[in-house]
Amino acid sequence: MPEVESDVRLEGVTKRFGDHVAVDALDLEIERGAFFAMLGPSGCGKTTTLRMIGGFEEPTSGRVHLGGEDVTDRPPFRRDVNTVFQSYALFPHLTVEKNIAFGLERQKLGKAEVKQRVAEALDMVQLGSFGARRPSELSGGQQQRVALARALVNRPRALLLDEPLGALDLRLRKELQLELKRLQRELGITFVHVTHDQEEAMSMADTIAVMREGRIDQAGSATDLYETPRTEFVASFLGISNFVDGRVIGADGDVASVETHDGAQLRLPAARLDAHGDVRIGVRPEKVQLAEPGGDVPSGWNVLRGQVIVAAFLGVSIQYLIRAAGGEELTVIAPNRDGTAPDVFTVGRDVLLTWNPDFTFVVEKEAPT
Amino acid sequence: MRTRADRVRAWFLGLWTGVALLYLFIPVFVIAAFSFNDNQGRFNFTWQGFTLRHWENPFADPDLALAMKNSLLIAGISTAIAVVLGTFMALALVRYVFRGRGATDMFVFLPLATPEVVLGASLLGLFLTMAVTTGFTTIVIAHVMFTISYVVVTVKARLEGMDRHIEEAAMDLGATEWTAIRKITLPMIAPGVLAAALLAAAISVDDYVITSFNAGQTTTFPLFIFGATRQGVPPAVNVLATGLLVIILLLLALNVMVQRRLAARDRAAMPSR
Repeated sequence: MPEVESDVRLEGVTKRFGDHVAVDALDLEIERGAFFAMLGPSGCGKTTTLRMIGGFEEPTSGRVHLGGEDVTDRPPFRRDVNTVFQSYALFPHLTVEKNIAFGLERQKLGKAEVKQRVAEALDMVQLGSFGARRPSELSGGQQQRVALARALVNRPRALLLDEPLGALDLRLRKELQLELKRLQRELGITFVHVTHDQEEAMSMADTIAVMREGRIDQAGSATDLYETPRTEFVASFLGISNFVDGRVIGADGDVASVETHDGAQLRLPAARLDAHGDVRIGVRPEKVQLAEPGGDVPSGWNVLRGQVIVAAFLGVSIQYLIRAAGGEELTVIAPNRDGTAPDVFTVGRDVLLTWNPDFTFVVEKEAPT
Repeated sequence: MRTRADRVRAWFLGLWTGVALLYLFIPVFVIAAFSFNDNQGRFNFTWQGFTLRHWENPFADPDLALAMKNSLLIAGISTAIAVVLGTFMALALVRYVFRGRGATDMFVFLPLATPEVVLGASLLGLFLTMAVTTGFTTIVIAHVMFTISYVVVTVKARLEGMDRHIEEAAMDLGATEWTAIRKITLPMIAPGVLAAALLAAAISVDDYVITSFNAGQTTTFPLFIFGATRQGVPPAVNVLATGLLVIILLLLALNVMVQRRLAARDRAAMPSR
């Protein structure tokens, strides 16, 4: 059966530096034409993984495949992927044109073709008139674009991006995020993007793999990861989460029920429960609505009682910190719809926290350390 | 606002700097000045009037001319050898991990720390044991030996300041290791290599102690001067020394200019994080 071969495939890849395991038996498959992001805190092994795909690090064990071919033992110059480095790594003694032409010249292409493709690449990153300059005469954002053009001009199977926007200021970063996304759509080249910035990953990538301690905690679309995180780490790394511990007390069709230690019953989609007994469930702060005790609650919604500890007016929203009856401190973000909310739920008031059970997710409990 | 104390401090600092520089350069001024001295007799130690006659034909003394030629030739050859060997040693020490790297790193400094007398005497001992006749070749060997340390140290510093990712980028774009070194690394460390070459050449021309042990019948410029002091140094020595000084000053100025331009260029390679 003909199957579309994945562009990048890692098979049980492990990388050790001395005693430290940087990447731990990682399996990974990236589809052709995908925008794939590896997201995680520093030291999670994301850059090491990227460097093993590029050929700059040799795996301690496991295999690296590119387009179906095993390239584990090949040096970087014999792999059809190109990298954009965080430091750009432009050649300072060469002009922008010569920088971009470097890869094509290594392929021994004719002068005319090199010239034409360099010009195309410069246009692609909107630096058409900058060819004769030296990298030092360009701004950070322009240097970044040159690095991008220098890699893409070779029409690689996959483009590897190692925190490419890390050195830029916020405004420029936003701008280049959009441009990267546009380029990836237009060119249809697989992008593998490494970042520690969850917003960057969420705004650009089709698939995000959240990494921790050399392993992928969870991979999926931004929506999957945000709405139904499966580990506490993913839930906390992508935005704010509220967690409540409880015991599974039963299921009624699609809906399961969990009882908290102080007796409140919370419901959630049964499909998300794969454990019995003690579980930790969560809900995002913007999904929770506050109501006055005795007020109207839509039927079937989860309800917890609590008391407002902090109410911070942020303009676009109000962020509350609420101590639930069971002792957990929960965050609630309420949109500022009518401008009166800050006066209603003032500090010290008793409130009800209510949310639709569909927004309840279940996370693996962290192993006690 | 500049206070009185600031002004006094600035004035005093200027004076201090001036005195320090004067202390450093008085001997050099004396040498240059006495190349214009209208000296009578063998000695050139007292000022007797201005003349340009010594500058008319500084190479009149064939021994002095030969000594100068030897010195420049030895400096050229030993610098070329030391720069090539030293640059690749520095590359190996910075870029590759191999058995004995730590030891090499340490031993390369040894000639810098060892007294010259010891180096010169032990080299002579080695040449005698191996029944090598000392002369031009042994001087070159000796100079390569002690200038190579300066080359390694200078080039290493430059390499260590270079972003490792730049070479990786070259290989990522299809360059083999050798192409990456040739097209990217060497052009980028060229200022360091140039500085190392100037340093090596200057030290070589200047060396007396080690050379004197291993010179055999060959005379270099410093050896000639030392020999001449007994019968009175001819003013031609002052002329040649002054000429040499001017050439070296020009080279130094050139070096500073090149380094400044390259420093501006390389700022691009290391964006601030």
